[in-house]
Amino acid sequence: MKKELTTEQKITRRTLISFSVFILAAILFVLGWKWLNNAPKEQPGATAGLRSPVRKVLDGNETLFRKVFSDKNLVKTYPKSAAARNVRVNGNVGLKQPVDTINWRLKVLKNNGDTLRITMADIRKLPKTELIFDFKCIEGWSQVTHWGGVKLIDFVSYYHLEKEAAMEYISLVTPDQQYYVGIDMASALHPQTLLCYEMNDKELPLNQGYPLRLIIPVKYGIKSLKRIGTLSFSKERPKDYWAERGYDYYSGL
Amino acid sequence: MKHIREKHSLAIRWFHWINFPVLAIMIWSGILIYWANDEYHITIAGNRFLVFFPEWFYKTFKISFRLAEGMSWHFMFMWLFAINGFLYVLYTIISGEWRLLVPGRRSFKEAWQVLLHDLHIRKTVPPQKKYNAAQRIAYTAIIVMGLGSLITGLAIHKPVQFNWLVYLCGGYSLARLEHFALTIGYVLFFLVHIIQVILAGWNNFRSVITGFEVVDSPGSSTGNPLTKIQTQKPSNEEGTNN
Repeated sequence: MKKELTTEQKITRRTLISFSVFILAAILFVLGWKWLNNAPKEQPGATAGLRSPVRKVLDGNETLFRKVFSDKNLVKTYPKSAAARNVRVNGNVGLKQPVDTINWRLKVLKNNGDTLRITMADIRKLPKTELIFDFKCIEGWSQVTHWGGVKLIDFVSYYHLEKEAAMEYISLVTPDQQYYVGIDMASALHPQTLLCYEMNDKELPLNQGYPLRLIIPVKYGIKSLKRIGTLSFSKERPKDYWAERGYDYYSGL
Repeated sequence: MKHIREKHSLAIRWFHWINFPVLAIMIWSGILIYWANDEYHITIAGNRFLVFFPEWFYKTFKISFRLAEGMSWHFMFMWLFAINGFLYVLYTIISGEWRLLVPGRRSFKEAWQVLLHDLHIRKTVPPQKKYNAAQRIAYTAIIVMGLGSLITGLAIHKPVQFNWLVYLCGGYSLARLEHFALTIGYVLFFLVHIIQVILAGWNNFRSVITGFEVVDSPGSSTGNPLTKIQTQKPSNEEGTNN
């Protein structure tokens, strides 16, 4: 027969066991954290800059969000009086060269290899939509701003881009190719996504992307590319300026 | 005579110790995010006496220009924070332990007595079961705060999908401020918690790792035999602090 432990022995025994497990768990946690911080960097592609497992979680979040969330939610809109007069300017990548106003064309690359070259006059002929919403920057600030332009979905149907729109992603690139974004098609065709040429009822200023920019309220501002040069469509994720710098590709709100 | 008295169940101990590093990572990555738009400060009558955060703080902890990194950690560990918190609440409900945690009608009055006692102003020990009134309030408040962090966090992370949450929080920028204020709340809680744990001593600290406390009972002739036998139900006993 085993002799029963005294209280003192029981205390020592249980304390030892519990603290061993505790210290072991703490060590495992620290090792896990170190591993995560030293895990191989992701293969640079449409996204870059993060540790591979971390990027996998962000991409997993996107998959989950896109599955459970609706693309039909409308962004809250405001009366004109709520719109800011001094609109914040953040970033000028892709805007450094002068704009050739006379020869300016929006290039749209079609699936069959054709390229549409569309003038601003043609774009202005399409039905205009105005949008006053709380523009949200990934930095954490937001501002109610007033924009005008053509809904991307209207543009797509006017130029018969249905086949292209059946693909997964849309890509926008500035004329100098310095700034570029990729957007999932559902968000691009959201009824509040605009090819925008007006701000506060006036032509877009140069620093806001004159003559044509994107306004996509279901994404952080990083996706609202200023000064669109080329619009194209793809099955795979197009390259994306900020996703290459460690940000979430989806960046959906 | 010394004997062992069970205090914290294994589940509670795991929830507690998982939450600690996860919350630490959430706070740290949250600061990396906050840096990109560090607009909060406390100003009274024109005097700015607290700035979140001063330049030396960012420098010391190497906070600057790490927004993307901060976001990636934040949106990775948010799952652990939420799941661990959810399981903890579920556990306290199923086990019935919530009864020892949720403040009762008298708790707010008693909490005052606890405070006076802790500050050595009042001699008599206020009544308590596993937790005293102040602890009940604190440990319940921290869970409500956790829920608040999830709600305000969701509101600023997905404001289009959860526009009703944004509304509930009083708007997008207010939701961000609330999310930040709650974090400051955790830090304050942590400071008080650490001080209390240090003051309560080794026996108390050990119990959150081992699960038991060692109590001294008077000799068998005068002691209540019940307190010796009861090793499973801490709820029926007079507990020590923390």
